[in-house]
Amino acid sequence: MEPALLDALREAVAQALDGLDGVVALRADRGGGVPHLFRSKEELSALALSPKYPLPAVLRLIQEAHPESKLGIVCRGCEERGLIEMAKRNQLKLDPVRVIGLACTAEEARECRCEKPYPDVLVNTCVGEKVAGVTNELVQEFLTRSTAERLDFWQRQFAKCMKCYGCRNACPQCACPECSLEEELWIKKGEVPPPFPVFHLLRAMHTVGKCVGCRECELSCPAHIPLTLIYTLLRRDVKELFGYESGRSVTEEPPLVTELEG
Amino acid sequence: MEYRNVPTTCIYCGAGCGLYLQVLDGKVVGVLPNKAHPISQGKLCVKGWNAHSFIYHEDRLTKPRIKMHGKWQEANWEEALELTATRLTEIRNAYGPDAIAVLASAKCTNEENYLLQKLTRQILGTNNIDHCARL
Repeated sequence: MEPALLDALREAVAQALDGLDGVVALRADRGGGVPHLFRSKEELSALALSPKYPLPAVLRLIQEAHPESKLGIVCRGCEERGLIEMAKRNQLKLDPVRVIGLACTAEEARECRCEKPYPDVLVNTCVGEKVAGVTNELVQEFLTRSTAERLDFWQRQFAKCMKCYGCRNACPQCACPECSLEEELWIKKGEVPPPFPVFHLLRAMHTVGKCVGCRECELSCPAHIPLTLIYTLLRRDVKELFGYESGRSVTEEPPLVTELEG
Repeated sequence: MEYRNVPTTCIYCGAGCGLYLQVLDGKVVGVLPNKAHPISQGKLCVKGWNAHSFIYHEDRLTKPRIKMHGKWQEANWEEALELTATRLTEIRNAYGPDAIAVLASAKCTNEENYLLQKLTRQILGTNNIDHCARL
C-alpha cells in the first residue's frame, strides 16, 4: 500500500509546486525520512512518508527568514492542528501557506493513539484513506487508578527525567524566546532529575490550549516518559471547562489567551 | 531559499547519537534528532540538542595562536607547527617521552584521532593519550 500512497503524495506535491516557492515535506535519507524544502519536481523522487517530524516548526523557521515566501507543507492531522494553533499565536502566517493533506494509516493512528488522524480544516481532500480516530486506552486505564497510585506513577516516571529539554525542543508549539523551564526561580541549574512536580507541571501548564497531541515530545524522550498521557488529560480538561479543542478551527480563540473564567 | 538537513554524529561523547544539522540558506540553525538512527532512535540529551551552538560561537578558534610573553598572538599554521614540533622534541629529549601527554577530541573525525594516537605512540613514544569523550 505504501508505494501507491507515496506516488499519490508525490503527484499532489508536484502539482502544488507549480504556484509555490517550495514545499516542506520529508526527504528519504538512510532508511528514514527527514524534513526538507522541496523546490523542484526533480527532487521529488526522494520524497518520503515517515517517520513523522515536526514539519510545522520547519515551516515557521523558513517563513521567518522569508516572510514573503509562498510555501506548501505536507500535513498529517496533528500537523494541521499544530499549524492552526501556531497561527493563532502569530508564530506563522496561514494565508500564503498551501496545505497538502496526508491521512495516517490505521496502524499509525493506533501507534499515536490519535483521536483524529487526518486533516480536514485547511484542506478539503487529502492523500490516503481517512481512518477513524482511536480511543486512548492508555488514558482509559490510567483513569481507573487512585490518586495515590497516579502520584506514585508520575513520581517514578519523572525521576527518570535527565532534563534534556527534548520535550520542549521537539514541540512545535513551544516557541517562547525565554522559557520558564530555564528560569532559576523555578528550576535550579545543574540539578538532575529536575524538581518534582514543578518542572513537568510547568511545561504541562504551558501546553494548555496549544497541545495538539502530535506526540513529538514523547517520541524525543530518552527516558520513555509517557508525556502525552498528561497532555491528553489536560486537553480533556480544556474541552470540558472551556469547550475548546486545539486545532479544531481557525477562528475559535484559545481560552487562556482570551478568558480567565471557566 | 534553501532548507535541508545534513546527517551527522553528535560530537560530545562516545555514545555516537545520530542527529541532523538544520541548514537554512547555507547556515546551520539547529539540530533535529535522527529518528532512523540505530543507536539513538530519535532521542538526544541536552548536549546533542545544542550540538550546533559552537559552530558560529565568538569564542571559537579559527586560527592557531601562540602565547608569547604571556599574551596570545595569532599565528599561521607553519609557525604554530614548527614551534610545537621543536618544543615537543626538546621536552622529550630533556625529560623522556612520558613527560608528554596528548588530548584528542571528540570533535575530530575518527581518522584524525587515529592519526593523533599514531603520532603519540610512534613518534612521541608515549601511551599518554586520552580524550574528552571518555565520559
